[in-house]
Formats: sequence, C-alpha cells, structure tokens
Amino acid sequence: MTTIDKKTSATSAPLLEVRDLHVEFHTRDGVAKAINGVSYSVDAGETLAVLGESGSGKSVTAQAIMGILDMPPGRIPKGEILFHGEDMLKMSAEERRKIRGRRIAMIFQDALSALNPVLSVGYQLGEMYRVHLGLSRKEAKARAIELMDRVKIPAAAARVNDYPHQFSGGMRQRIMIAMAMALEPDLIIADEPTTALDVTVQAQVMDLLAELQREENMGLILITHDLGVVADVADKIAVMYAGRIVEQSPIHDLYKRPAHPYTRGLLDSIPRLDQKGQELYAIKGLPPNLMKIPTGCAFNPRCPKATDICRTEVPALVSVTEQDGGELPGRGSACHFWKETIHG
Amino acid sequence: MAELRKEDEAVDATPNVTEVETVEAATETAAVAAIEAPVERGEPILQVRGLVKHFPLTQGILFKKQVGAVKAVDGVSFDLYQGETLGIVGESGCGKSTVAKLLMMLETATAGEIFYKGQDITKLSGRALKAVRRNIQMVFQDPYTSLNPRMTVGDIIGEPFDIHPEVAPKGDRRRKVQELLDVVGLNPEYINRYPHQFSGGQRQRIGIARGLALNPEIIICDEPVSALDVSVQAQVVNLMEKLQDEFNLSYLFIAHDLSIVRHISDRVGVMYLGKMAEIGTDVQIYDHPTHPYTQALLSAVPVPDPEAREGRERIILTGDVPSPANPPSGCRFRTRCWKAQDKCATEVPLLAIPERFQGSDSPAAHESACHFAEEKDVVHAA
Repeated sequence: MTTIDKKTSATSAPLLEVRDLHVEFHTRDGVAKAINGVSYSVDAGETLAVLGESGSGKSVTAQAIMGILDMPPGRIPKGEILFHGEDMLKMSAEERRKIRGRRIAMIFQDALSALNPVLSVGYQLGEMYRVHLGLSRKEAKARAIELMDRVKIPAAAARVNDYPHQFSGGMRQRIMIAMAMALEPDLIIADEPTTALDVTVQAQVMDLLAELQREENMGLILITHDLGVVADVADKIAVMYAGRIVEQSPIHDLYKRPAHPYTRGLLDSIPRLDQKGQELYAIKGLPPNLMKIPTGCAFNPRCPKATDICRTEVPALVSVTEQDGGELPGRGSACHFWKETIHG
Repeated sequence: MAELRKEDEAVDATPNVTEVETVEAATETAAVAAIEAPVERGEPILQVRGLVKHFPLTQGILFKKQVGAVKAVDGVSFDLYQGETLGIVGESGCGKSTVAKLLMMLETATAGEIFYKGQDITKLSGRALKAVRRNIQMVFQDPYTSLNPRMTVGDIIGEPFDIHPEVAPKGDRRRKVQELLDVVGLNPEYINRYPHQFSGGQRQRIGIARGLALNPEIIICDEPVSALDVSVQAQVVNLMEKLQDEFNLSYLFIAHDLSIVRHISDRVGVMYLGKMAEIGTDVQIYDHPTHPYTQALLSAVPVPDPEAREGRERIILTGDVPSPANPPSGCRFRTRCWKAQDKCATEVPLLAIPERFQGSDSPAAHESACHFAEEKDVVHAA
C-alpha cells in the first residue's frame, strides 16, 4: 500500500516539501505562467506564512498541494510535492483523495461561499466522519457538536442544526476551522482565513487557529497579504512575486532587514507614525501580467535598484549570509543585489 | 418611538457639538448663492446633528406591517471642517457606510439634520439641492462594480457634465476629461478605453477623476483603498493627499484599516453599532483612547513587527457585534465590554468629554461615549 500511514511515516523528511513546482494555465489568450519554480517546506508544528499580492501564485500553490487545481486549463509541467517524503503528483486520484481532507485540510477565505447554504452546519461537519470514517448519522452529529465546542461556538448542541446564513462571519470561519480539524490532519492550509473578517473577530479566529495548531502539533501554511498577521503567528515566511519565491526567512530577521527590494517596498509602504503628513512610500507600477512576465527578474520594471543584469538574467534564490560570511540559516533572496539590499 | 426620541434629545444635549449657525434663505436663488459661497479653511463646512437611519423590517406580503427596524445609524453628530480629513473607523455593520449614503442623499434620513454651509440639505429641493449634490461627491470602495463596463472612461468621467452642464460647456468636455485623467496620473490618451482594460488601482483613479469632475468641495471616500493590493494602496493614498492640497478638498474618509486612517486623517471618529463611540484628533484617538471599544480595536490590529509578539497585552473581545435590529439597552458596547456595570445597561452614555478630564489639557480630554472612560496603555500598529 502506497498510502502513507500516519504513525509509521519517515521522521526525517519534512511534513510537506514542494520542489521546483511549475503551474501554467492554458487560456484562449495564451499561456499564463502562474507558478515558475516554487520550493518550500513545512514541518509538524511549524507555521509557514506565504505572503504575496493577488496574482503572485500563493493560492495556486496551495491548490496544487491540495490537488484541487482545475486541470485543464491548469497544468503542472514540472515539480514535486512531497508529503512525508512521497510525491503526491505521482499518486493515483484515489490515493490523493484519501489524503485530501484527512491528512491535509484547507480553510478558505470566504466561509459563506465555501459552505453549502442548503445543508445545516451539523450535517456538513458530520459529513467528514460519515464519508471518511463511515460513522452513522447519529454518531457523526455527536462528533459535530464536539467539534463545534472545540472551536468555541457557544451553545453548540442547540446550533448544530442551524444553516450557514444563521451564523456571523466569525462563527462561520470557526465552522470552517472545525471542518478542517475534524479528521485531525497533519497539515492545514489556510488561504486568507481572516481577510473577510473584522479586526476584533480576526484576532479571535487567529488565536483559535494558533491554539489548535499547538495542541495538535500540526503544520500550518498561512497564505496572506497582511504583514501584520504574519508577524503575529508565523515561524518562517516566504514572499512570492509573479509565481516565484523572491525571499524566504525566519520571521524575526525579515522585518528588521529584508534582503529583497520587493519585501523592503512592502514593509516601507506600511504607514508609520513618523511619516504622518508625508508621502507614503509606494512601489511604483503594477504587478505583472502573468501572460507576459518581464524577462530577467520579474520585479525589475518596479525596482528602484534595477540594472541591466536584472533585465536579462533571472536571479536564483540564493542563501543570504552575514556581511562577514556568517551563516543566516533559512534565509534566501532572489535578487542579484541582495547584499546591498540587506547590508546596504 | 418614545424611547427613540429620548435618545435623540440625549444626542442634542451633547455639549461638544456646537450650535449650528443656520442660514435662512428666502428664495431658491438665495439658497444657491449661500451654497456656492466659499468657506474659510478650518470653518465647519458640513455639520451633522442627530442623524438617524432606521431600515424597517416588515412582515406579510399583501398587508405589510412593520415588525421592527434595523437601527443602522442611531443619533450621530459630527462636524467636518473645510480642508480637513475626518476619518471614520468601525467594523462592518457599525453604520459607517450608511452615514456616507445619507450625506450623499442616496438614502433619506429617518431623523436628524445635515447642514452644508448652514443649510439643512435634507430639506432642500430643486436648484439648491442640485447645487449641493454638485459639491459633495463620492469615491466608492469597489472599483470593479462602480464603473459601468459598457461605457468608455471618457463617458464615465464626463457623465457628471451631462447633469451639470454649467461646469463644462459641450465643446470643452473632451479636453476637460483628459485634464482630469492627467490629474489622477493616467495617460490622457486612454480616454476611449473601457474599464476592463485597467487594473484595480487604475480603476480607482478613474473613480477619483469622476469624483473630481464637478470641482466639489467635499469628497466622501467609502473604503477607497481596501479592495486594492498593498503595493498599490500607498499610491492611491498619496494621490488623494496630493489632490486634497491641490483642490482644497475636505474628505470624509471611511475605512477599517486603522493605520491608513491615521496616516491620512486630521481627526478620527470611531463608530460602533450605529453610534459614535469616540471622536478626536488622530493623536487623541490613537495614543490616548478612553473608550474601551477603541482600545480593543487598536489592540486587535496585528502589529507588523514580530518582536512585539511577546509581551504585548492584547484585548480580545468575546463574541460578535450584536444585531442592529435589536441593539443592547444603554451602552451598545456593554455586551462585549470588560468594564460593564449595571449603569451601562440602563443609561445611554453621552458623547462628551468625560467629567474627570474636563478642563484638563491632557490629550485624553476628548469626546468619548463611555461612563467609565479612562486611558489605557495599548500597544498597536497604527
């Protein structure tokens, strides 16, 4: 049996490792290269934040890991997605189906459209147990109530038969979290889990997610565009731009000294107190069209430091070191001039 | 109804809100003249008093009867001064967008007054109303749905001239539209393009150009940057600040992003469930908040600095915002407040300078609608 057993899986391999992943979409207007060689890994109990703007490929990577890309038009011409050391892209549809939901679960941004409006939340939560574990309706419902309790939905037993529209945005997102947690997965992918929520509710939901992750020692991939949320919960961070990782780093170092001009630009454009009344720093121009990604470094038309080499040569993601050559574990930058950017 | 009136009186009695100098215009022409008269910088241009909007909840199909009301806005008063930016923050459902619609007269107020240069615009009609509408313009949140996909950019920006032809004579319009495109940083040659040919940030610039077309005095911005990417938000905020200086505009800037509001605003009002919880200068609100809701809101904003993760005391509110159809009695925040006592359930706190700070120079001496207003150290991002 090729399906990985939860208890006996190899301990040396990271929980999930993405290697040189490429994804493209074939459309009427041409080929959109959404992901152009992304590699990252997550361990159990670790939180990886994937930061990027719309079109940077952060969600497409997640969909490829989950195996929910629309193919066609999507295509994965190259790459590996190793889960406990086994390449999921080589597995049969049946094998992937056993992993999806059970071993790797996903939380979507918009809970209202991710939940089925004509089925009660109890039914939808119980579905996980009925389909994957073959429990009876009655047992499944009892488990659903337990789950709702676990994600701190007040009066769970009374609300188990309510429909999604009867819950507030924050409560619906809790139900999404409950659904992802149901089968105690090893890895949760949360795609902008709090973007649609108000700040006070966002704080509640992020707290809950972090708490559950700690208790279960799960890996978490948090996809977001919010530098604030990242700083609050992540262990390490990967910054994406035009389908590539342009910078990766453990969380503490990145905010102090980014090693890529794009990351620096993002950090600088956060309004700061001492800048009141002055112009905000703004990255000029627009994110690139994925049908015609600029040659060389994709960020070069918007980069204040771009030179000729940036327009011709694609910079590889290289290790970043201290000025004296001392190692900076986990740090990498895809910029020809990372030295100037980080130490400059 | 009686209860509602009582609350209204409470709002009227608020000491901070200055008496409005009303302008009595006998004829329509006089009213128009008053509306067109310039206002000194720093003088109030828009004064809102006890604004109320209740959306009725009805039951039945043939014989509709009202069974209640969604109290979207319930007694809001504030002043907007010429040349300033007043930021309004609050969570979804607090009524900030309804306030915008009421000021634009896209909704009719249930009660209350909106004085534009001393004239109550809720009572105006005809030419005078048209003159007011020309002077108050709006920029919408979603640049994808607020531009008609079948109209060219030139038609979209030029459409206000169809209704107010006195601003741009017929032969002059194309030039005027190109000028506007240039002002907002778009290529004037794009005049014949359609909205779908632009990115989100560019579309928002088109929306701003349309808002500027009639040389308004006030622009109401309802979440103008929240639909945009982070790297593009800063561009649009910079543009809006530049335009404010150039055209001497007053902004009412509604948003939920607290750090952007702080950056652009001179004064900030915090709304909760249809009421103003606290209002003051940006320093007073952000550095010396006295209302527990403001404190919780500020502390909930994630700080983009991992070093602040530890040691930072965050106030995590329990529960959700109650339904505006059935708001709590007394103080509306009391169901989520850690300070709530019996008094909070029975007495509606007035928006006023708290007694303990009255006459003091401290920045905490600003209007706060809390019985137990006091300062609290809050570490926050903005």
